[in-house]
Amino acid sequence: MTVRIQTEDFDVGLLLNQLRLANPGAGALVSFVGQVRDINDGDSISTLTLEHYPGMTESALAAIKAEASTRWDLMDSLIIHRVGTLKPLDQIVLVAVLSAHRGEAFKACEFMMDYLKTQAPFWKKEITPEGARWIDAKLSDDAALKRWNK
Amino acid sequence: MKITVLYFARIKEAVNYSTEELDLPNDILTITALKNWLALRGEVWANLFNGKQVVRAAINHNLVDDLAKIQANDEVAFFPPVTGG
Repeated sequence: MTVRIQTEDFDVGLLLNQLRLANPGAGALVSFVGQVRDINDGDSISTLTLEHYPGMTESALAAIKAEASTRWDLMDSLIIHRVGTLKPLDQIVLVAVLSAHRGEAFKACEFMMDYLKTQAPFWKKEITPEGARWIDAKLSDDAALKRWNK
Repeated sequence: MKITVLYFARIKEAVNYSTEELDLPNDILTITALKNWLALRGEVWANLFNGKQVVRAAINHNLVDDLAKIQANDEVAFFPPVTGG
């Protein structure tokens, strides 16, 4: 169960293989990769800068993983989130979940992303031809989170 | 009561610094009271903390609602709704 906040890029293939080979009892590995889009609200994006709250970020992500583990029978999971200045096509986030069978891993991966989007203290600022702007939180993300209410 | 306050993202840019040590008056005991007290500092602060925009709060790294109680030596953070992922 690993949580990492880093400026460096990550190798998804390598990380998923390591996870898979470390969990011979897992029959399913589900992963999500988020990347920087080249366009947002009709404007082209030159860079995206991610700010976070060191200390709280790590504890929020650990809490998200812990909550997922109480809801589903998971064998292992991984969250890597980048901070700093990124450009279009750069990877932002990786969430990977392993379980004995696919159903739990699919659900837990989506749950962890929905929680991360609304609970983990990251903020995105993008640079467009019109200038710099902070990205606003989306109501659709709050709606996605509500689906998981017990 | 002494606390540390941190600001992030567009709130940090608006107030122009990221952290400060505050010695609160005795009647400032909740996040709501702290927001109202900060709003008295001037126009920039009033615009942020008068309730017209959503300002989230955390105490000691835990997301809290505005009714949450503040205690001495707490680390209180104010920030906009999060947009990671």
